[in-house]
Amino acid sequence: MARMIGAEMFFETLIHEGIDVVFGLPGGYVLKVYDVMPKYADRIKHVLARHEQGATHMADGYARASGKPGVVLCTSGPAATNTVTGIATAQMDSSPIVVFTGQVPLPYLGSDAFQEADHIGITRPCTKHNYLVRRTIDLPRAMKEAFYIAGTGRPSPVLVDMPKDVLLGEDELVIPESVSLRGYKPPKKGHPGQIKRAVEMMLAAKKPLIFGGGGLIWSEATPELIEFAHRLQVPVTSTLMGLGAYPPDDPLFISMLGMHGSYAANMAVHDSDLVISIGARFDDRATGGNFEKFAPNAKIVHIDIDPATIDKNIVVHCPIVGDAKEVLKQILELLPAKIKTDRKEWLGQIKEWQKKHPLTYNQNGDKILTSYVIDTLSKITDGEAIIVSDVGQHQMWVAQYYKFKYPRTHITSGGLGTMGFGFPAAMGAKFARPDKLVVSVCGDGSFQMNFQELATAVENKMDLKILLLNNGHHGMVRQWQTMFYDRNYSASKFEVLPDFVKLAESFGAKGLKAKRPEDLEATLKEGLSTDGVVLMEIFVDCEELVYPMIAPGGAMNEMILGASDVA
Amino acid sequence: MRHTITLLVDNESGVLSRIAGLFSARGFNIESLNVAETLDPETSRITLVTSGDDFIIQQIIKRFNNMVNVIKVSDLSDEVRVEREMVLVRVEAKEGNRAEILRTADIFRAKVVDVGLKSYTFELTGDKDKITAFIELLQPMGIKEIARTGTVAMKRETKLQKRGEEK
Repeated sequence: MARMIGAEMFFETLIHEGIDVVFGLPGGYVLKVYDVMPKYADRIKHVLARHEQGATHMADGYARASGKPGVVLCTSGPAATNTVTGIATAQMDSSPIVVFTGQVPLPYLGSDAFQEADHIGITRPCTKHNYLVRRTIDLPRAMKEAFYIAGTGRPSPVLVDMPKDVLLGEDELVIPESVSLRGYKPPKKGHPGQIKRAVEMMLAAKKPLIFGGGGLIWSEATPELIEFAHRLQVPVTSTLMGLGAYPPDDPLFISMLGMHGSYAANMAVHDSDLVISIGARFDDRATGGNFEKFAPNAKIVHIDIDPATIDKNIVVHCPIVGDAKEVLKQILELLPAKIKTDRKEWLGQIKEWQKKHPLTYNQNGDKILTSYVIDTLSKITDGEAIIVSDVGQHQMWVAQYYKFKYPRTHITSGGLGTMGFGFPAAMGAKFARPDKLVVSVCGDGSFQMNFQELATAVENKMDLKILLLNNGHHGMVRQWQTMFYDRNYSASKFEVLPDFVKLAESFGAKGLKAKRPEDLEATLKEGLSTDGVVLMEIFVDCEELVYPMIAPGGAMNEMILGASDVA
Repeated sequence: MRHTITLLVDNESGVLSRIAGLFSARGFNIESLNVAETLDPETSRITLVTSGDDFIIQQIIKRFNNMVNVIKVSDLSDEVRVEREMVLVRVEAKEGNRAEILRTADIFRAKVVDVGLKSYTFELTGDKDKITAFIELLQPMGIKEIARTGTVAMKRETKLQKRGEEK
């Protein structure tokens, strides 16, 4: 066994775990790690972020685009507290990241030493688990367990806190071969009895519906999902996080459901007699938030890897705890190759709803509509790009109008709704998938929350496109003020905004802008085909609202379809 | 409804605050919480008493089960079980009531663990109601200080038949 210091063990264990990129920032208590880093530079790339929140979103974007854990390295105190928003974001969307923080030496713990914070206490509610490493020899084991916990079961963030003396201490490198934790046995296969029951319910249902979520993407269940939907001839709707898990052009796909979901999807849920939820947790944005009015005529089959989501928001008739892909395989074994039930009427009804109120916009004025921008982007890229949206109105238009063909191509902060997530996450996604066109779609509000990472993008010579939709406002705030606060536009307009093109240029990126509808396509085409970091600033209409919409607490069939429905 | 939940957990620092944190994050109250090492020094047993409707309790148990440091969770509320708590009570003992205090303590089979010129200190073990009754009786005599442990609980080996229940 080789003897080495903790800082070297850190890299040896990362390499052993197959990690090749770390997003981070140096600082006092992790300086030894940075000191030995050059020795490992050929095997581990370090991306120097400009802010720890940026680094954490990068790791998150990397994890979502690749399916592999994203890694963050930073120092103690303020650095660690800066990661909290990123950790909570990853937690809410079940993204596996492992955050390594430096900590004051063990004898100083709890003494309010310089740059000391209780990382374990602060991150306890937003991590799946966290570790304070007390001995150098324990570091590789803690790291191995951290990666195992983050990446298995319901993927989630884990934090490992590394006191300075642990990083400096010398011991033998012992990386355990496998992980065995008495209190952690993530489920894989579903209970056969429950699966049998679920299949019986599926075969008996007249108006079944698949309600797919982000779990489908994490478990890579797309092939099984398509086979399942086709065999059962059942329509498929998706939560925000589930977009990309099912091909958008498939006739059974009825788009996203929920607060800004399609009319057909929401009506179908309301009318359905069997909701088959797979890898979704019945979040209030997906269900309308009024759980009593949700799918009033339906029995519910709930497939989820996390038993704690069962019966949390919705009373479930048939729970199946297990990995979505494994459970779908088990279901397919029991499901006949061709079902006898005639679904003509149900599918016909859904077609009618789709025809009655399709997702649509009317680009005829001088001002550019964001919906038109996203539709154009979708057409130009043919749904082949990875789109990382930020949070706000544009996020909903991305979900509605971009046709995501593949899993892991739609990346967004769904659960926590973290503005500032998009741009750094897009960088992480590009590191994970350098072969893909990655577009960071953001608003002027959200981009201002983490634009310092432009420096990181340029420094790494990234080929990354930023589509910045400038409406001069916090658009979604303005929309709610329009609809629910008597048009009292309090603090939603930006009195001062930077010239984003100049801003990009000041970092060494390229900037383009478009103000008129007729310029949009050319600007997008030029921006997307120019190498390097390119920011395309599109000036859009701040009056445009995201429709359809379910007001908070409304039922799925109580939709506001357009401006004429608003008092 | 009142629930007695026992947890077998890793004997590590921070585990108790993970458990307690779950309650504070959701605004639930913990009636009592006890923790001590088991025969295996690597594990501890926690006895936790809380109240809430079935939905809340079910959620709490599921979340406990999700914790990496939690090895086993049992809700003993519907089980035949032994529940005990212990209390130390210091009672003001004046000339006129010293004998009466001792008599009361004797009825409860409380042990005297400290005697002074001004006070007696008793130790009493029993279920929650017995402890409460003892404290209530001593109260008029002047309790100076109490230290109560809260409940510890264990399932009984044999399931006693409830009245009217058939085999």
